[in-house]
Amino acid sequence: MTTKFTPDHEYIRVDGSTGIVGITNYAQEQLGDIVFVELPKVGKVLKKGDEAAVVESVKAASEIYAPVSGTVTEVNEALTGEPGLVNADPEAGGWMFKIAISDAGELDTLLNADGYAELTL
Amino acid sequence: MAEAKPEDLQQTPLFERHQTAGGRIVPFGGYALPVQYPTGIMAEHKWTREQAGLFDVSHMGPSFLTLNAPTGDAEADHAAIAALIEPLICGDIAGLKPGQMRYTLLLNAQGGAIDDLMVGRLADSPGTLYIVVNAGTKENDFALIAKAAGDKAALRRADDGGLLALQGPEAVDVMAALIPDATQLGFMQVREFDWNGVPVTVSRSGYTGEDGFEVLVSSHMAVALWDELLVDPRVKPIGLGARDSLRLEAGLPLYGHDLDETVSPIEADLGFAVSKRRREAADFPGAQRILAERAGQLSRKRVGLIVEGAPAREGAEILDATGTAIGVVTSGGFAPSLGKAIALGFVPPDHAAIGNKLQVSVRGRAQPAEIVPTPFVPHRYFRKSA
Repeated sequence: MTTKFTPDHEYIRVDGSTGIVGITNYAQEQLGDIVFVELPKVGKVLKKGDEAAVVESVKAASEIYAPVSGTVTEVNEALTGEPGLVNADPEAGGWMFKIAISDAGELDTLLNADGYAELTL
Repeated sequence: MAEAKPEDLQQTPLFERHQTAGGRIVPFGGYALPVQYPTGIMAEHKWTREQAGLFDVSHMGPSFLTLNAPTGDAEADHAAIAALIEPLICGDIAGLKPGQMRYTLLLNAQGGAIDDLMVGRLADSPGTLYIVVNAGTKENDFALIAKAAGDKAALRRADDGGLLALQGPEAVDVMAALIPDATQLGFMQVREFDWNGVPVTVSRSGYTGEDGFEVLVSSHMAVALWDELLVDPRVKPIGLGARDSLRLEAGLPLYGHDLDETVSPIEADLGFAVSKRRREAADFPGAQRILAERAGQLSRKRVGLIVEGAPAREGAEILDATGTAIGVVTSGGFAPSLGKAIALGFVPPDHAAIGNKLQVSVRGRAQPAEIVPTPFVPHRYFRKSA
């Protein structure tokens, strides 16, 4: 299993042909207290870079973009009742959606952990 | 607000304190100010509602308007200074008792709000008004006031000083240790005090809905006052983010968002700020429009909304039950005290009834919203019994 990152602070944890998408710890720190998460519909077809979800802090709304193209297969319903999970546990319990990756080649365009860490220094 | 380069921004006397405390600095009204400290907006908001929050509001426009040739008769001098400012505003300033302060509006000829402001009558300085205007509008406000004063009065700006707001249920007990006499003030009273040998102007006011104080202090003593307040474990510094969510819960309008030069006090649901004597005299700018609106000829009215689902932010359309756009959200967000999304916005009066079910459009989707009374969270001002 490998994790890749976008410069917009999404991560995708890849397991075979499926990816789990959320925002990084750095991103949740920047956003502050998250009070609402709008998730995509299961079955939605996304192109890389499409708006997939929205997280809202007290102050503002921020779009979450699809790191790669694919179809949404599952969303983290727990976030509806407990959006603060994104703050508490962004890279595990605070995941947002799973995506069936349609073009694995796109993963190569994303950052690896070292590349992402450099970006957020 | 347009992004400004850091080098273009003014700093308040407390800038270094905000940096040291880990404040996330953002441009606001031309100043570099903390939007939040490391604990975050939610915790800061709740701290203010439960204990005492300390805000740097030095970016605002405190000032003193003083008669050039006072007679020494306190009542006559007050009448004279009030007569200079009343032509600009809709409030009864002549009727202020010594030490009393009033929320009022600076109006254009059409009755639109040039700004909202506080005007207080200083008890110990006859012929002097204490005036606090908003940061973003202060240059124009001060120019208008100075012009109205002509050669009869001098406007002394104090916006290079420190203006600190201490807000929350513990504020009065904190103040008791600092300036004990200031705790005798009731809501919307103002007086000059001595703090450690330094003159300070203290008002019992604020913009969070909580009991609290605003203290004007010279710039070279601002850091000392800030530090002394923070020695008290009940006090924490609070950023602009929580200041905004607190005032929104308190149902208070924010200039540049809920108020602008097109909005009248009646439309903004600030009819209380159009004082009775002024209404009867109809002697304020835009009186014809404002009195007609007060009599019922109103095309829009500011209301409070509870929104289901995602917060509806400024600019979101307000829709009727059938989905027709009828108005717009002017401030909106998440209410930490309520755990719900709330908003202020304008709708036609026939849609403005409490309990009316409307919708708001958030990212193209209609979400249910209901008109509710404001404040969303009850005010807890300290009102002295007469």
